Amino acid sequence: MGRIQMPEHENSRKGRDAIARFQKHAPAVLNLLAIAAAWLVLTEGGIVPNYMLPSPVAVVKAFVSDFPTLMYHSGVSLAEAILGLLIGIVLAFLIAVLMDRFITCRRALYPVMVVTQTIPTVAIAPILVLWMGFGMAPKITLVVITTFFPIAVGLLDGFSGVDQDAVDLMRSMGAGRRQIFLQIKLPSALGQFFSGLKISASYSVVGAVVAEWLGGFRGLGVYMTRVRKAYSFDKMFAVIILIVIISLLLIAVVNLLRRAVMPWERVQEERS
Amino acid sequence: MTEVLSAAHITKSYGERTIIRDINVHLNEQEIVCLLGVSGVGKTTLFHILSGLSQPDSGSVMLNGREITGQPGKISYMLQKDLLLPYKRIIDNVALPLTIRGMKKQKAREKAAAYFEQFGLSGTEFEYPAQLSGGMRQRAALLRTYLSSEGVALLDEPFSALDTITKSAIHDWYLDIMQKISLSTLFITHDIDEAIVLSDRIYILSGSPGQITDEIEIEEKRPRARDFSLTPAFLSYKKQIVSALGPGSFRIQEKDDGLEMK
Repeated sequence: MGRIQMPEHENSRKGRDAIARFQKHAPAVLNLLAIAAAWLVLTEGGIVPNYMLPSPVAVVKAFVSDFPTLMYHSGVSLAEAILGLLIGIVLAFLIAVLMDRFITCRRALYPVMVVTQTIPTVAIAPILVLWMGFGMAPKITLVVITTFFPIAVGLLDGFSGVDQDAVDLMRSMGAGRRQIFLQIKLPSALGQFFSGLKISASYSVVGAVVAEWLGGFRGLGVYMTRVRKAYSFDKMFAVIILIVIISLLLIAVVNLLRRAVMPWERVQEERS
Repeated sequence: MTEVLSAAHITKSYGERTIIRDINVHLNEQEIVCLLGVSGVGKTTLFHILSGLSQPDSGSVMLNGREITGQPGKISYMLQKDLLLPYKRIIDNVALPLTIRGMKKQKAREKAAAYFEQFGLSGTEFEYPAQLSGGMRQRAALLRTYLSSEGVALLDEPFSALDTITKSAIHDWYLDIMQKISLSTLFITHDIDEAIVLSDRIYILSGSPGQITDEIEIEEKRPRARDFSLTPAFLSYKKQIVSALGPGSFRIQEKDDGLEMK
């Protein structure tokens, strides 16, 4: 017998999928366009003065003229966000596994973990700068603090929500603790892991920017403080929109990863 | 006939409550034996002990002459739900017991694939469980059980989730496949008709704590005729079982899928 191969994937449903996608996303797109139009009318029509709300045209102009600077600073912030997110994932993973395996660990760590989430980031950022200097380290640390929690909680809930019957089945097949973890607990927790990761990904850029406000030389947060001091509201809005776009892109990456890692979810969606 | 599995004097309590007391059951090679009893009588508790998932308070379980009390991984056990892992393709679900024993994924897939046709699962190898019908999922779970066994399988209400038509089709299929593969089966049911149609022997488990109160041999040789369930012989077995179960332990339902105990 030859190697057993997966059959070629069929693409026959593509057209129908495109229509369904349009119906799903059209309301959101139209709503956003309406908001943009209202913004344009309010500012260009002279209803709201420019020093309170810059017109979208001015924002776009600011975005274009400052583009190289914006890209330089977003590179820094994005690097901080992604590094922090990666460290956050590893940390969350280690903590969740430990807490799942040892009940004492769970009892000892869980309250501490919750406490770290109640500390206001704006308050802790200057202290981190004091400890770690004006480089990337305090920013990455802050991102780790804000991102590891949703991931750790997601993983932990996933691990403990596992079907006990599935564990019994594995045991009846002679599986050990490691195999049960790899074959049952980990895959069952993936959904919640990605839900946590999505929240964390959206926090990560904002976390990096907030840390940059409070001390540093590079990054979108630093740029923001500068343009704020110069009352350049058009540039301020340009950078806000840029941060939104970067966060959305990160979330999109997480969604793509989820689809790639959990192909069975698409099958279940199609069935339901 | 060679005895493959035997359990002697099994007693199990949870806290103050004794669930089952002094249970003696055995299973011969190639035999299909049914454990029949009302819900809560301790059938699943007994299966957990036979499979080694839990330790009895007293008594022992022997497989092919070796003691296996409290040792999981020796007898395959199909739990009430099909428990196909939603994130694994059917072939990997079925091959799971092989990979757990350390077989390489590709080799395990090849070994499992050889049975797909026989189990009526051709073409489903790379589907996910959500894409299969109830009957197919059940057959896939059975194939997985078969591949994880050293010839002895425990099935806990294997067909209870299926509708009547699917159920009777799967009964025919099951009896047919049992002729071809070498598997000795002990299964739980609360469906009297199913017990008579499938079994060579029926143990009645009743009382509190649960005890084996009767043992009924179904003389009809396998393969059985399709209309066996319409014969007077079948009805007399049914009467025998109903009286063995005693009054009050079940409610007769005038349903076309026969008597079911509630």
